[in-house]
Amino acid sequence: MLQIEVWQRVMIWLVIAFGALLAMPNAFYTTVDAHNTALTQIERNGTTPELEADVAAWPDYLPSGIVNLGLDLRGGASLLTEIQLEDVYQSRMVGFWQEVFQALNAERPNIGTFRRQSIENGEIRVRLTERPDQIERAMEIVRGLSRPTLSLTGGPSSDIEVRAEGDVIVIGLSEAEKQQIDDLTMQQSLEVIRRRIDAYGTREPTIQRQGDDRILVQVPGDVSTDDLESLLSRTARLSFHPVVRSTSDPQARVSVGQLLLPDAEREGAFYILEEREVVSGQDLVDSRPTFQDGRPAVNFRFNSAGGAIFGRHTAENIGALFAIVLDGEVISAPRIQTAITGGSGVITGEFTLQESAELAILLRSGALPAGLDVLQKQDVGPDLGEDSINAGRIACIVAFIAVLVFMFLSYGRFGLFANVALIINVILIFGLLSLIGATLTLPGIAGIVLTIGMAVDANVLIFERIKEELKSSKGPARAIELGYERALSAIIDANITTFITALILYVMGSGPVRGFAITLGLGIITSVFTAIFVTRLFVVMWFEYRRPKTIEV
Amino acid sequence: MRLRLVPKETSFDFFNRSRLWLGISAFLMGLAFVSFFLQGLNYGIDFRGGTTIRTVAEQPIDVGAYRDAISPLNLGDVSIVEIQDPQFAANENVASVTIGAQEGEEAADSTVVQDVIAALQTIDPTARVQAVESIGPAISAELVRTAAIAVLLAIFAVLVYIWLRFEWQFALGAVAALVHDVVLTIGIFSELQIQFDLPIIAALLTIVGYSLNDTVVVFDRVRENLRKYKKKELKDVLNISINETLSRTVMTSVTTLLALISLYVLGGDVIRGFVFAMIWGVIVGTYSSVFVASAILLALGVKRDWSKPDNNAGNQFANVDA
Repeated sequence: MLQIEVWQRVMIWLVIAFGALLAMPNAFYTTVDAHNTALTQIERNGTTPELEADVAAWPDYLPSGIVNLGLDLRGGASLLTEIQLEDVYQSRMVGFWQEVFQALNAERPNIGTFRRQSIENGEIRVRLTERPDQIERAMEIVRGLSRPTLSLTGGPSSDIEVRAEGDVIVIGLSEAEKQQIDDLTMQQSLEVIRRRIDAYGTREPTIQRQGDDRILVQVPGDVSTDDLESLLSRTARLSFHPVVRSTSDPQARVSVGQLLLPDAEREGAFYILEEREVVSGQDLVDSRPTFQDGRPAVNFRFNSAGGAIFGRHTAENIGALFAIVLDGEVISAPRIQTAITGGSGVITGEFTLQESAELAILLRSGALPAGLDVLQKQDVGPDLGEDSINAGRIACIVAFIAVLVFMFLSYGRFGLFANVALIINVILIFGLLSLIGATLTLPGIAGIVLTIGMAVDANVLIFERIKEELKSSKGPARAIELGYERALSAIIDANITTFITALILYVMGSGPVRGFAITLGLGIITSVFTAIFVTRLFVVMWFEYRRPKTIEV
Repeated sequence: MRLRLVPKETSFDFFNRSRLWLGISAFLMGLAFVSFFLQGLNYGIDFRGGTTIRTVAEQPIDVGAYRDAISPLNLGDVSIVEIQDPQFAANENVASVTIGAQEGEEAADSTVVQDVIAALQTIDPTARVQAVESIGPAISAELVRTAAIAVLLAIFAVLVYIWLRFEWQFALGAVAALVHDVVLTIGIFSELQIQFDLPIIAALLTIVGYSLNDTVVVFDRVRENLRKYKKKELKDVLNISINETLSRTVMTSVTTLLALISLYVLGGDVIRGFVFAMIWGVIVGTYSSVFVASAILLALGVKRDWSKPDNNAGNQFANVDA
């Protein structure tokens, strides 16, 4: 009765072989890592002989997936940021005001005079100063400016919401439009952050959206969160405005449609600018650090539309000042000498060499659509990472040997079978981790060690059961068969419950906890597989070969 | 010659002092509650926000001197702990400086870290930062919430699973054992004031899983023996079942503990708290599956005849031979 079908045997061996093949690259970690890094480098920046050599060091026909090491094991920096979506609502309404003003102004004979009270928290407030009774009509006019947007349910909906508070019209964005803006902003932010980090030249960064408004940035290696923060904390919004006049009065009165902005370098110097921007950083296609009169500067090039607008503006305003504004500060305000029609220009200012290089990266990568806050950050020195991985490795090996010895002492030959299965188990875990590209963290190593301890449980259940069945004096073949059969329900129940907790940990947990949940969960799957199929196969093969009359478990 | 931790045949009576064991468990749980409410847990920054700076220096650490050097910075609540590990080199002196969340900020400014290390370098010029972790109050509040939900959800999921596979008395017994294990683990963290951070929650859930594993194996045997010995008293059936599975219970606990202890000793200081929680949980979990889960099952009583399907029990999963 004790038999396993041939196709089952083949399947079991295939699974083991496949797992071993997937796990194998981890044994040649540095070579494979260099191979993979070189491949991405070549794709991004073109090839060099050194990179080609790295690629050639690992044959293409072998799998090249390896277990990624978490930051806690290799050192690096991690930054969890929150995108200020409200910023976008606000700037959207600032832009919208121009339209509202023109529309209402055209209806002045009917609705009388009106005044903008404020644009705050993504809402424009306009008061009808002369004829408050015309508020319905004014609201209709504003509503007429709305554009359709997709609502949450998929149907069309308006992008703005208009309501009245006494004689004040309040204009805000609709929920559907906010949702659209959120999605777009997050996408743009991810792209801009990726470009900035890539331009900075680090390898293998992780940039992920988390939840509605968060982005996680992780960069391995000798990088600190300070470096990342200085790269990401600036929105790098560049715009060009006509200058009305300069002043030294920070409280200077500005009329509607004008802005008062400080000079970036000279304390106490301010400019009054026209709110409308001639061109903005969105029209930039390139930006590089350069030198102007022997001092570090940054040059830039517009796209054709931007270049044309810029050319026309400079041609019409020769002799006037125009301001280059970066993140709410005027970095320079040169006088227009001639029409600039080539579509490119140079920004000069009090830059150091490093600042000009960084500014060029920021301009080239584009502006972040919104500012960001740092919620959580983590720096792990490479030496600590190395200590941790060494400690983890030693603990793993010692735990492994201790369990192997203990199992052999307790179950003899059957213990050996379980031990081989345990080794296969660990190989399978690494194979699966490599296959899904999981990240191994320190708690993840703890998960593996725990699995080593617990993986033998299924075998212990079976062996103990076989012992019991032997006592009721059945033949060895029958005892082995019953042992497997009757232990199965306990094995399944026990492992499903543990798997449930691993699943909950994975879903609810973040970062390190998730790493632990992954190894624990995979460990449960592989240990059930090895206990039910692999050790059984060994036992059956041995039994067929030796045909013992009695067995001792 | 085989290693045998449990004699071949055992017939311990696990229930003749059942009240005593339940009493001890209840007393320890009470102690855990008292400790929790009197001195609370020593929360890490994961749960209250703040910044932890791990420093290394060549000279031995004088916590008092460190404190004096940092106090002029006015960072509010600062705690300094020297970290020891057998694997540190002689000139590797590691300290962990924890600063509470600063007013009006999420993650700490990089200048704070630079100020702290500059201050420490006035006492020991070799001091340098090895790792920094900073968590804003918004995130930590969120972590506390999800952690609590995760533990409750795990217990609930398990309750449902056992109820589907066995019967409600088994489910209650198993969950009582789980609550016992979780409470005692939180209790020892509170009593010894070991730092309680996010990985400890992972440990708690693993304890839930492990303790359950153990309980389920015993219960599985109880179910089988209830079918086999229809005339025996419930108490005897429980005793037989526990004795029959005793060898397995001890074997699995020993292999798991062997692995965990090697991790505790050799795995480095970063995860020591986490491993400690699990070692404690394995011990408590093994104890509770016999002395809490089974004792409660005995107290609640159970349906005796498992041989024919019972529509009133309302669970068609009980006889699934998975």
